[in-house]
Amino acid sequence: MRAVWIIARRELGSYFSSPLAYVFLVIFLLLVGFFTFTAGAFFERGEASLAPFFSWHPWLYLVLVPAAGMRLWSEERRAGTLELLLTLPVTPAQAIAGKFLASWLFLAIALALTFPVVVTVNVLGDPDNGAIAAAYLGSLLLSGAYLAIACMTSALTRSQVVAFILAVVICLFLVLAGFSPVTDLLVRWAPPALVDTVAAFSVITHFDAFQKGVVDSRDFLFFASVIGFALFATAVILRGHRAG
Amino acid sequence: MLRIENLVKTFGAKRAVDGISFTVERGEVLGFLGPNGAGKSTTMRMITGFYPPTGGRVTVGGHDIVESPLEAKRLIGYLPENAPSYPDMTVRGFLEWAAAMRGLAGEAKKKAIARVVELCHLDAVLGQSIDTLSKGYRHRTCLAQALVHDPEVLVLDEPTDGLDPNQKHEARKLIRELGRTKAVVFSTHILEEVDAACTRAIIIDRGRIVANGTPAELRAMSESAGAVTLEARGAEEAKLAALGRVERVDGALRVHPADRNATAELVRAILDLAAREGWKIERLRTEEGQLDEVFRRITLPDTAKK
Repeated sequence: MRAVWIIARRELGSYFSSPLAYVFLVIFLLLVGFFTFTAGAFFERGEASLAPFFSWHPWLYLVLVPAAGMRLWSEERRAGTLELLLTLPVTPAQAIAGKFLASWLFLAIALALTFPVVVTVNVLGDPDNGAIAAAYLGSLLLSGAYLAIACMTSALTRSQVVAFILAVVICLFLVLAGFSPVTDLLVRWAPPALVDTVAAFSVITHFDAFQKGVVDSRDFLFFASVIGFALFATAVILRGHRAG
Repeated sequence: MLRIENLVKTFGAKRAVDGISFTVERGEVLGFLGPNGAGKSTTMRMITGFYPPTGGRVTVGGHDIVESPLEAKRLIGYLPENAPSYPDMTVRGFLEWAAAMRGLAGEAKKKAIARVVELCHLDAVLGQSIDTLSKGYRHRTCLAQALVHDPEVLVLDEPTDGLDPNQKHEARKLIRELGRTKAVVFSTHILEEVDAACTRAIIIDRGRIVANGTPAELRAMSESAGAVTLEARGAEEAKLAALGRVERVDGALRVHPADRNATAELVRAILDLAAREGWKIERLRTEEGQLDEVFRRITLPDTAKK
């Protein structure tokens, strides 16, 4: 646990020692503001709800989370520090967990900085703060799932650009599988069981429940298993490079 | 301390390391020589647990690197090839991180860092970000990282690569000093380093050990070892031929005795002969043999062609 924390602290430090962190935070907050207030018509709806805020997260994260995670392993491989890290007395699992948790913590900081929308909605009306908390938890899990996928693709390649594109494509699949225009298209010819199965793989389906304020263990388990699977795949990929 | 048994590593169809065995005890500095691509780095990566071996065993202080990697890795300090480090960190930050990863904390960590900073002469750049450092400083920063926990086994992959001659001299001196109390393995393709720092050397070529011995033993494998080179006015090749095979080298005469260990007798015989014939000896030298000659003879010039 100590080793995980030491690795995570270094990784988090490296976000903030480069302009990346600040650029990321500014862009994230600007986009969140734009989507919520302009595209999401937050004020015009006349509802004390953060639905216009959260409903954009799966799309926003689609681009931003792979950008935050693409360097995790590809940079270590390119710079040769992977050799340094994995010959220290730590297990690969500790190294993967440490780096993943650092990035996730960074995304959590970005998400926490959106607190003004919570303040706004509470000043203007009387929202269900329980539902907002659940949606925040869902959003955090969603970013964790995307991040784990970015972590996996960045282990595949030395190139951050390739890692980014692969992560976006995989995450896009996870979004589209439950996106209503796509499921509506499927319903026309596929049996409902198949449509449901495909939709069950989608982050949207599971994130929607959180947005409604429902914290269901099945949705929780979905995100946990996406994270677990992607990180396990990361370990397999990293071992594969070294096994030759 | 460090025992390598029949180590094998294959990448696809290519056998990068093909059955290497050796041991290194405390107090030994083992030089690991070989042409580029001979398998030096691959072997070191297996010793330090970065590459899982395809076959064979590595034990460090009795711990198998595959079965109990954490125990084995704790005993090793490793300087990887090209001395990687995190460029966005300061030297101090990087060393603190490395020390923490080695389980050091508080006062012990402070002391350990102060020790390696002095050992590697890093005090001038402690607060500097690593990406602003020269190659020599970057190298020493990574070396400091390898020494911070005062390891019993040191594995250094080309520790003098990219250093200027003064820094190289310092690095060799440091390796020699560290070798008094630790088991040290370092790879190089600079032959003088074997004499400057090693107690023993191994030459590998295409994944196999082709020579193993002290620097003197390796030199003795040279063609010219045991010969006597003579520069004298009036010397006649024909008269020397009675003592052994004679060849001309840069205007001097070199006599190869039939028995390589009979150099002392040969010297006496040449001096007697010179006195009898009235030759004026200007220079007389016994040949210990040359490492580069041995190296060239037992390794193939281009290991990339297989």
